[in-house]
Amino acid sequence: MKQRRIRVIPSLLVRRGGLYKGEKFKDHKYVGDPVNTVRIFNEKEVDEIAILDIAATKEETGPNFAMLQDIAAEAFMPLAYGGGISTVQQAEQLFKLGIEKIVVNSLAGDSLDVLRDISSIAGAQSVVLSIDAKRNLWGKTTAHTHAGTRNLKIEPHEYAQRAQEAGVGEILLTSVDREGTLGGFDMDLVSSVTSVVDIPVIAHGGAASVADVIAVTAQAGASAVAIGRLFTLKGKHKAVLISYFDEPIFAQF
Amino acid sequence: MTTLVIDYGVGNLGAIENIISYLGFEVRISSDPDDILVATRLVLPGIGHFAKALNSFETSGLRPVLEERVFGNKTPILGICVGMQMLLEHGSEGDVPGLGWIGGRVVGFDTNRFESPRLQVPHMGWSDLEVVRPGGLFTGLEDEARFYFAHSFHADGVAPENVLARVHYSYDFPVAIAQDNIFGVQFHPEKSHRFGMALFRNFLQS
Repeated sequence: MKQRRIRVIPSLLVRRGGLYKGEKFKDHKYVGDPVNTVRIFNEKEVDEIAILDIAATKEETGPNFAMLQDIAAEAFMPLAYGGGISTVQQAEQLFKLGIEKIVVNSLAGDSLDVLRDISSIAGAQSVVLSIDAKRNLWGKTTAHTHAGTRNLKIEPHEYAQRAQEAGVGEILLTSVDREGTLGGFDMDLVSSVTSVVDIPVIAHGGAASVADVIAVTAQAGASAVAIGRLFTLKGKHKAVLISYFDEPIFAQF
Repeated sequence: MTTLVIDYGVGNLGAIENIISYLGFEVRISSDPDDILVATRLVLPGIGHFAKALNSFETSGLRPVLEERVFGNKTPILGICVGMQMLLEHGSEGDVPGLGWIGGRVVGFDTNRFESPRLQVPHMGWSDLEVVRPGGLFTGLEDEARFYFAHSFHADGVAPENVLARVHYSYDFPVAIAQDNIFGVQFHPEKSHRFGMALFRNFLQS
């Protein structure tokens, strides 16, 4: 019996109740209705889904609980949600809706204590730190918050280590420079983080094929992958087409 | 005919309520002993730390009424994740006794036995089960039973007659256990697509 399936997680960007997709955290285009999209992924029996609200922090709206309730009511797979979470109470409310993983990005930028608080309610496995890694002109990579606009001036691997100590159960590691490009995962970035933490790291940004997934898990040590564009848009004209890999991918070790 | 998800302050209750209600069964989340007394199916959720979950359960004061239903009326009960672990006699996470309704204990993964240094704790993701006791909870799932897991501790020392299914993660361990009307699963059927639906249906119609 094969013992480890690689988790392949469609990542869905939402804004004001709509599903969007962009490139390198910019140029977001409307893709469709998130509730319908999740329904399609549900039928495809995807491993897990990550829903990330890219406007909730900036517009200070908090999580869109009504939309998330509609999604959770008929999505029978693990659900991760991030975006606009500013209190532990909001995290609790999300758990009550049936979402079991809370993704924190901007909130954790100020202090990692909140991760410890959420982790104490529902266990470390339910707390995911989202690290948006961006390379500057001189090739130095740092973690960012607030949809990639605020530089924490800390290297991703160092931030990941601190997060692990603070009780985070997983890391969603996004390459801002690869996001939506189909350019392949940033292998060096992923390796730099997986080599210093024991918790699962989800590689995000750039996936274009099954081969990319195998490479980032087998060579760069990712435990799982999150994939946006490949599963929502087709071709260079970016026609909307919700898809998923036909076959499960097994760990190559 | 009501299924009651026992609310003792621990666990992802909403997700369990969602799937049972999606399947067309009446379901409630409650911490009221009166609700437990009239429920025809009971679900014991659980998540996080074994000793903390058990402590919450003990301080909820629900144990006597639950034991009355489970042992007196033989009401079927399903423990999920840490809810399953609590059914056993002892948990090493916090070193405390469990409810002891099924023989066995809860231990951490023995990483010395891992086949690859790349295998991680928690065991998180989807695993194929080996169903050792077909029928019952696993009716229709004998050929393919794929479930979502997220755990760092697992059952150990459970008598073979109490083991319904196992998973291999460098070594085999029990992931579904039963004793008469008491059932426990380490995985999350509420998050396991049609496999979870089938398991819930089997439990709710048992």
